[in-house]
Amino acid sequence: AEVEETLKRIQAHKGVIATIVINAEGIPIRTTLDNSSTVQYAGLLHQLTMKARSTVRDIDPQNDLTFLRIRSKKHEIMVAPDKEYLLIVIQNPCE
Amino acid sequence: ELKEEFTRILTANNPHAPQNIVRYSFKERAYKPISYVDQMAIHFSLNGNMILKDSDEGRRQSIRLSIAAEKAPIETSAVTSEEAEIKDEESTGDTQAAGEEEAEELGTAEVAEAAEAEEPPPPRVKEQKLANQFNFIERASRTLNNPMRERACQSEPTPCKNFSATANQWEIYDAYVEELQKMERSKEKDKPKAQIAKREEEKKKGRKLTSLESQSDDITKISKAAKIMERMVNQNTFDDIAQDFKYFEDASDEYRDQQGTLLPLWKFQYDKTKRLAVTAISWNPKYKDLFAVGYGSYDFMKQGQGMLLLYTMKNPSFPEYVFSSESGIMCLDFHKDHPYLVAVGFYDGNVAIYNLKKATSQPSYKSGAKSGKHTEPVWQVKWQKDDMDNNLNFFSVSSDGRIVSWTLVKNELVHTDVIKLSVEGTTMQGPEGLQLQTLGCGTSFDFHKKIDYLFLVGTEEGKIYKCSKCYSSQFLDVFEAHHMAVDSVSWNPYHLKVFISCSSDWTVKIWDHTIKTPMFIYDLNSAVADVAWSPYSSTVFAAVTTDGKAHVFDLSINKYEALCTQLVVAKKKNKITHIQFNPVYPVVIIGDERGHVTSLKLSPNLRRMPKEKKGQEVKKGPEVEIAKLDKLLNLVREPDSKT
Repeated sequence: AEVEETLKRIQAHKGVIATIVINAEGIPIRTTLDNSSTVQYAGLLHQLTMKARSTVRDIDPQNDLTFLRIRSKKHEIMVAPDKEYLLIVIQNPCE
Repeated sequence: ELKEEFTRILTANNPHAPQNIVRYSFKERAYKPISYVDQMAIHFSLNGNMILKDSDEGRRQSIRLSIAAEKAPIETSAVTSEEAEIKDEESTGDTQAAGEEEAEELGTAEVAEAAEAEEPPPPRVKEQKLANQFNFIERASRTLNNPMRERACQSEPTPCKNFSATANQWEIYDAYVEELQKMERSKEKDKPKAQIAKREEEKKKGRKLTSLESQSDDITKISKAAKIMERMVNQNTFDDIAQDFKYFEDASDEYRDQQGTLLPLWKFQYDKTKRLAVTAISWNPKYKDLFAVGYGSYDFMKQGQGMLLLYTMKNPSFPEYVFSSESGIMCLDFHKDHPYLVAVGFYDGNVAIYNLKKATSQPSYKSGAKSGKHTEPVWQVKWQKDDMDNNLNFFSVSSDGRIVSWTLVKNELVHTDVIKLSVEGTTMQGPEGLQLQTLGCGTSFDFHKKIDYLFLVGTEEGKIYKCSKCYSSQFLDVFEAHHMAVDSVSWNPYHLKVFISCSSDWTVKIWDHTIKTPMFIYDLNSAVADVAWSPYSSTVFAAVTTDGKAHVFDLSINKYEALCTQLVVAKKKNKITHIQFNPVYPVVIIGDERGHVTSLKLSPNLRRMPKEKKGQEVKKGPEVEIAKLDKLLNLVREPDSKT
């Protein structure tokens, strides 16, 4: 589908290390990373996203989290939460 | 009679023995006759008490006796026991069975007497035996123990469920919102029953859908997140460009003495359009980062398919929407009020309307040969205000000399010829006395911003006609503009009287529509492909030439020269075809023949607003712009009027 195309494009983009799709319970559905790392990322980022979303909504309930970016020394982790899914992309921004 | 012989056979068979004993055989589960019946008949039997001398018991008794004989040698008794068994195995003779029995009885009586006589002596011996020869048998008995059986009964455990949740501000809010929605839905249900049936159907469909969806981990649900992510990834990759776009202002402009530069930003390309040329660019009126690019081919010989791509500046690597068509697209236009409708003109003379809200890649409405399509490529389309019946309509101009108004009536495109561009002085005498009028070829047009019926048409012959929608056969005015085809005409966005035109004869001319001669003429040393006014200033415009250069002029700063002349695309093998200013950001996009769209940022010198004198307020708004241009024009006009 079109979404598959988009995901493929993201994965093929310059600097992208991995793409992970997690469902609402924190179980990875789709991943381009090895299993152990995927599970680790999934668990940790799921919790963090929940916390972030809780924070945003606590301040203003009409607001909602659209995107979460964590920039670290080595790379950048981007999380796009959805109603039922979580899309995680790990990118190395500058070459 | 007496001589009759009677034969008597003597057999060894026992006459009393039954002859056909039948026994039940459990093995065969049937009564079976026994093959051999025991023929033995015992006539007399008596159990004696003689013991063998050499057996254990005999030896013991003899020892005892010897002891007893020592003690009482007087008593001697000859213990003799006689066994009397009379066996009558063979009974022969004529005696009857009864006679035999009698003899048996006699015999048994005799023996019994003899046996009795011998009984007294043994008891004496027995007294000397050891005491208690009897075997002690204990025979106990117990009452029957009833087998214990447990019989228990348990009620079913009440179902337990763990439930935990946090009561946050937003959870409470969500609950309220849901409640509100439920109430609204129940209010809708109270409405007339005719709708109930419909909604039930919808609910059923909805239920079916949800059951299907819940079966598979539907990845299409993530489309929104994926889109955002793609844009973010792109932003990261093109991070420096994004930063430039937002924040970079070329500081060296101060030293450049009014010259400006164009900073290249993103480059948009799509592999399917590599062989196509950019034929039209337009910004979306609603979303300031979205623009449409039409692809086709200017080459008469090489006509292929066309594409319509919509890009956003937020995602430079992939278009948002892709539409393909059989014929090359030559022009496009967004509708101001309905930013999802795009009118498109094709090389084969057709026009179409694409609806971006629909998912199909085919146009929603298309003209055809029946509905009056042009016979030549359509060079420009422009949306108009909705007509009196609130139907959408747009105009198109084509090389076949017709300017046609298309109206969308009930999902059909209906055409109306507005004007035919007749070239003056070219009526010919055809056969049979017909008057043939050759038509000029329209190549571009533009509608006045304020005066609705007024519009300009540029033609291949180099003339610009000022026309009115009301008059279909006559022009209001004709401008002898160029020596070659007029590639583009455009009204100034602020000033009501000024328009600009460019042509392949290397010139760009600025006109006042009341005056027949141009106000300003610029010769750019190469065929000018497109010219555009800037949206932020009435005196700034940009022109692109086919040698790959972009020229930006600001009349208020320099009336004669371009402020910026920059090579945008590679000179060889590539020509620029179109340029457009972004209505909000200081960005221009330039399309070329290779299917690339380059975005460039205008440096501050090119965007300069007039400096206010100290103490005066900075006037902003269209009036200022108009006044600015007017001032310039007056300068130009006066010498004209003098001569």
